Amino acid sequence: MATQAESATLDHQHHGDGVRRRDFLNVAAVSFAGVGGVIAIAPLIVQMSPSADVLAMASIEVDISKVVPGQGIKVAWRKQPVFVRNLMPKEIAEANAVDISSLRDPQTLAQRTKPGKQNWLITMGVCTHLGCVPLGISEGENRGPYGGYFCPCHGSMYDTAARIRQGPAPLNLQVPDYSFKSPTVVQIG
Amino acid sequence: MSFSWAKPYEPKSALARWMDDRMPLPRLVYGAIGGGYPVPRNLNYFWNFGVLAGIFLTIQIVTGIVLAMHFMASADGGAFNTVNQLIMRDVNAGWLLRYAHMNGASFFFIVTYIHIFRGLYYGSYKAPRELVWMLGLVIYLLMMATAFMGYVLPWGQMSYWGAQVITGFFSAFPLVGEPIRVWLLGGYAPDQATVTRFFSLHYLLPFVIFGVVILHIWALHIPGSSNPTGVDVKNERDTLPFHPFYTAKDGWFAGAFLTLFVIVTYFAPDYLGHPDNYIPANPLSTPAHIVPEWYFWPFYAILKSFTVNFVLPAKLWGVLAMFSSILLLFLLPWLDTSPVRSGNYRPIFKRFFWLLVIDVALLGWAGGFAPTPMRVAVGQAATIYYFLHFLVILPIVGRIETPLPLPDSISSSVLHGEDAESAPAAIASKRPPRAKTVTAAN
Amino acid sequence: MIRVFGFLVGITFAGVLLISLISGVATYFADPPAALASTVFHEEPKALHLTSDGPFGKFDNRQLQRGFQVFSEVCTACHSLKLVAFRDLKQIGYNEPEVKKIASDWKIQVPSINDQTGEPATRPAIMSDTFPAPFANEVAARAANNNALPPDLSLITKAREGGAAYVYSLITGYQTQPAALLKQFPDAKTPDGLYYNPYFANLNIAMPPPLTSNGQVSYADGTNPTVDQMAKDIAAFLVWTAEPDLARRHADGIAVTIFLLFATVLGYMAYTQLWAEAKRKVAPVGPLDSANKARRSRAARAARITTSG
Repeated sequence: MATQAESATLDHQHHGDGVRRRDFLNVAAVSFAGVGGVIAIAPLIVQMSPSADVLAMASIEVDISKVVPGQGIKVAWRKQPVFVRNLMPKEIAEANAVDISSLRDPQTLAQRTKPGKQNWLITMGVCTHLGCVPLGISEGENRGPYGGYFCPCHGSMYDTAARIRQGPAPLNLQVPDYSFKSPTVVQIG
Repeated sequence: MSFSWAKPYEPKSALARWMDDRMPLPRLVYGAIGGGYPVPRNLNYFWNFGVLAGIFLTIQIVTGIVLAMHFMASADGGAFNTVNQLIMRDVNAGWLLRYAHMNGASFFFIVTYIHIFRGLYYGSYKAPRELVWMLGLVIYLLMMATAFMGYVLPWGQMSYWGAQVITGFFSAFPLVGEPIRVWLLGGYAPDQATVTRFFSLHYLLPFVIFGVVILHIWALHIPGSSNPTGVDVKNERDTLPFHPFYTAKDGWFAGAFLTLFVIVTYFAPDYLGHPDNYIPANPLSTPAHIVPEWYFWPFYAILKSFTVNFVLPAKLWGVLAMFSSILLLFLLPWLDTSPVRSGNYRPIFKRFFWLLVIDVALLGWAGGFAPTPMRVAVGQAATIYYFLHFLVILPIVGRIETPLPLPDSISSSVLHGEDAESAPAAIASKRPPRAKTVTAAN
Repeated sequence: MIRVFGFLVGITFAGVLLISLISGVATYFADPPAALASTVFHEEPKALHLTSDGPFGKFDNRQLQRGFQVFSEVCTACHSLKLVAFRDLKQIGYNEPEVKKIASDWKIQVPSINDQTGEPATRPAIMSDTFPAPFANEVAARAANNNALPPDLSLITKAREGGAAYVYSLITGYQTQPAALLKQFPDAKTPDGLYYNPYFANLNIAMPPPLTSNGQVSYADGTNPTVDQMAKDIAAFLVWTAEPDLARRHADGIAVTIFLLFATVLGYMAYTQLWAEAKRKVAPVGPLDSANKARRSRAARAARITTSG
């Protein structure tokens, strides 16, 4: 042991340059291995993200030409329900008559719809409390006392602008990203 | 292992000697769970639950492997049908394997909870066993992940909505939360990608658990097992070899406990489950009350207890508190300042311990059923106590409490037939005089 | 440091929770939650005793066959039984030719293809088929049933709280809406197209009463087909569809339990014998140890006698 250590020390003193080169090679080799290792992890991480077939379903086009005022349709988007509702003038008036400051999640109807398309209320059909599907989009379903949606799970009540008014839900029904492709076609997502 | 009087391994046959020279695995086993491991002679039946947990891990791995030979991880009906039609009806003995796996998970948790509370009462987390405790908590966290993913696999209503709610925890975190959730699910809601990856991980994690169990036992064997007095082992008279004494005790007790398991599995297999999981998953219809499996109820109650947005959103508070409620246990060896290990000699601690047991039971009750105003309020009060117990009460009690006098050694407490544990001070004072200093914890 | 940090975290959580608790209690008293008709008027399932109940329970094949008759003549018009196959009927006492005939005579045919043209077609069911569903898909089922979806019945007694008793109570539980309900909850009138049934979770069910008159089914075995009897029989049949192996499970369970009890007793005796030596010298201590408990109470008694004497 001792002789080995001594010779190593000697080596160090007499051949300094060689040692430095060897250190450099060691550091470089280990660095390359390290970087390679990190790069090799990348595909393992990204494979978990949504695959191409899932992304292909990430946006949908909805034909809204047949939805007359007062009616609504439920469409599936990313396996979740989206409510598309054509509000009647009376419902729009009711939504606009509410004092915004009295709301739990203050938003105006105009903020929740596209300019000039205030009658088209497009929201997720997912209660912001625990993710239930509220009632009120289909004909004859209970719309609750505020005329919008009613969640049967824990009794959250939404108004005609799908804003939370009573019950445990903390937020208004979420408005997804959407745009009008034409007056009768909406692209969601 | 660490005691000088531990019997060394002596190979008995030529084959054993041959083996011992080449790969001394029998020697390792002998020292770990055989005659070569000296164990305190005064362990009570609460010390049987560690071995029982190992038995249930084995049952889960074995039944799980054979179930996987028939299960198909497919979201469009395949997963539900291979469980409820193929396995439960057509595979030979499939119903038995499935029920055993289902209830085995529950019993694994029952056993583990008793094991954890035993550690809490007898101070098994204290020096020098901090790492044993922390590795145990790692096992517990892995068990929770495994159990959650396993519950998703039959792809019933509770499977689906459980996955929705649990992965929803992540979306409570601002900015990074939602992308993490999508990454975990492989989509925007639980779907095919989710069920396949959960199946893969559900198959993998038990073997990771097995590995950590080995570490847990290794770390335990350095100081040796704790015992009901909490007094350190001093000499050979304090211990008995693990085999045959504790193998016999563990053996018959395992028989008794497995009888209980078998009775539930054969006669009330769905008692611990939820009816909604016999309805196929439907993303467009939510169950009236989403509840996790019973072993998560206390944590679910903590999650739901935060109802007011105070600085942070209520949901984020809930998620933070829920994670904290488990992570704080990692700090327990440093939060509990008392040098005395066993709760038997800690009159004040003992009361708070039983309060904690009641508290956790109340949390379970509050988390497992539909949230009425009463249940929410009880859940909130119980959550307050849970945090105060570990983070405020324990450090203070350790400081102000006067512990009862400890026995000199395990054997003296046992040999004189003294009822040292939970002895009234009057009886304790009649014992022969001994060193007053607390020698239990070094 | 850890303790200071822990203390602060603990106090913070406790404080925020206290705010939640107080605000919750305040809301409760300021604005008490309104009672709902579906909690006030909901009823728990009626008691139902079947031969399959309890740890010794077995199926009564005659009753299961009657239940199957009710299923095939009544329920099958709307409900599917996707997880059960015709061949399974052999387990409830039909022989092979009978099962073959039941399958080929089944009113709904199995989707197939025309073997000449490859066009979609249907064919009569065979023994290995599962029961064909009355509707091709969910949309068709909803369209035909006033937007309600008749659930698959294979697992229904496991998928509902109350099991068979729930099925029995629901089928026999139709009634006119009580006047007291409408008095207390004027808005809760049963909507058109729904039927009032206090055993159903939200009181108004879309399924019309399936069994309306005695003798709706004429039983092959001569049992009097009252509505109550038919409801019991279909409930029993659906217990079987949910778990055909139930009787086998019970029988096996008894054998395994007895075996394990014996093994445990033997194990206990081996254990006590082994420990007798160690115990003569040392008694194990533990709060649950019975010898210690007895000694404790003796000591306490002795102490009391000494002080009083």
